[in-house]
Amino acid sequence: MSATGQRASERGAVPAGAGRRPAVSMRTAVAALLRKELLVELRTLESVPGMSLFALSTFVVFHFALNRNTVDGDLAAGILWVTLLFAALLGVNRLFVADAEDGGFEGFLLAPVERGALLLAKELALLIYLVVLELVAVPAFVLLLAPPFAHALPDLLLVLALGDIGVAVVGTLVAALAVRTRARDLLGPLLGLPLMVPIVIGGARASSPLFAATHAGSPAARWLATLALYDLIFGLIAYAVFDFLLED
Amino acid sequence: MYGKGLRALSFSTVVAVTGALTLVFFYAPLDEEQGFLQKIFYVHVPLAIIALCGFVLGALLAIAHLRTRDPRWDMRSYVVIHMSLIFALATLITGSIWAKGSWGHWWVWSEPTLVSFLIVFLLYATYQPLRFAIEDPERQARTASVFAITAGAFVPMNFIAVRLASAYLHPRVLGNTSNLPGPMALTFVVSLVAMGLLFATLCKYELTAKHTRSQLRALRRRLGALPDTPSPRRSAAPGQGVAGQRSIGARVAGGGAAP
Repeated sequence: MSATGQRASERGAVPAGAGRRPAVSMRTAVAALLRKELLVELRTLESVPGMSLFALSTFVVFHFALNRNTVDGDLAAGILWVTLLFAALLGVNRLFVADAEDGGFEGFLLAPVERGALLLAKELALLIYLVVLELVAVPAFVLLLAPPFAHALPDLLLVLALGDIGVAVVGTLVAALAVRTRARDLLGPLLGLPLMVPIVIGGARASSPLFAATHAGSPAARWLATLALYDLIFGLIAYAVFDFLLED
Repeated sequence: MYGKGLRALSFSTVVAVTGALTLVFFYAPLDEEQGFLQKIFYVHVPLAIIALCGFVLGALLAIAHLRTRDPRWDMRSYVVIHMSLIFALATLITGSIWAKGSWGHWWVWSEPTLVSFLIVFLLYATYQPLRFAIEDPERQARTASVFAITAGAFVPMNFIAVRLASAYLHPRVLGNTSNLPGPMALTFVVSLVAMGLLFATLCKYELTAKHTRSQLRALRRRLGALPDTPSPRRSAAPGQGVAGQRSIGARVAGGGAAP
């Protein structure tokens, strides 16, 4: 890690000394910012443990609310996606709080890097949080509620990956929109939930045959295509509009 | 400045709406299956089309605002989205009445267009709370524009996803206007034009009212009738409150320097 940091500072120093404008390459900036995010998360443990615990509690709540010991098909897919989405919104709400409160935005704006680097780093950080969340939540889901579905695991991983990218992209944009408002804890989920409905539609429909009691079927291509299209469109939109949220 | 052409626009709207209603009730034939109930189609569908076009227009105006940084574009974007939200609510209500009439339920989940509309409505319902929660007027305008662009792009995406997700149940008259017999198609087009004019007129009225109010405040401040402190009543709308006062201050200063 320290080697990466050293290299970053070297690369940053050389063009600045030469008097050229782009002082730090996009990739270096993203790597440095992502490293900072992960370090902060590792030291404070503010987001990921909370998200994982929330997912576990939600499974328990679903067990009692539905009065079912096992679920399958549509119901299983729905419970998994709703739980992951709500747990993700917890992480979305925390994503920019430290930057807004402790001067992170100002520090970033002083650095000679592209603004998009912050967006990319935050998206990657949220994506990593989601993957860790799912490493806890999906086995717990199998243990607590779902039928065994080891044969369908590769398909499920594909659906989850496509959904995670969408949640990370839209979640980062929503977090940036909501963070400097007075009611950010309220506005984050209010903005995020309708925007993420297509992810729920695509994700739940694609994964419901994987949880079917008859162990038949694989995700329909059109749901995977919908998810991929959504990821692509919102990835581009977020990149296009993010700069304007940082100006002051 | 904003009031120009308002009278002509209002007059043509009254004529168009009256004409459309006359055609709906006295010219268009009764639908074979649905009878009189089908006439709500001439209100519901134009409302829906205008509301969706308004949301997309709001996104385009927001792009203009972000490109030029001119607060007038933000004001237009705000007014268009505000009016589209009202039209969308009217669409949901008329759609719900139609659903009750033809299928016996106030809400039908298997109707993709109605469900998409609800999601879009829920998203845009956060537009005003979002503005309201940001105090700095410039940041409020920028954040609102970013939201408007994101949501404007979300509208078609959402319609695709919801339509894929549900079986098709819509009455065929709705899906494709080319299937309509001539008199029905003519009535529909006139209704659409009337609804578009109504939308434009209402937007223009709101813009004019906001502009007039800020001018009135400027005049009062010049006369010394108003204290210089911002009014305690805050609003989600741009151009009132602090933002309006700042632009008025600039105008007064400019006026003082001119002679």
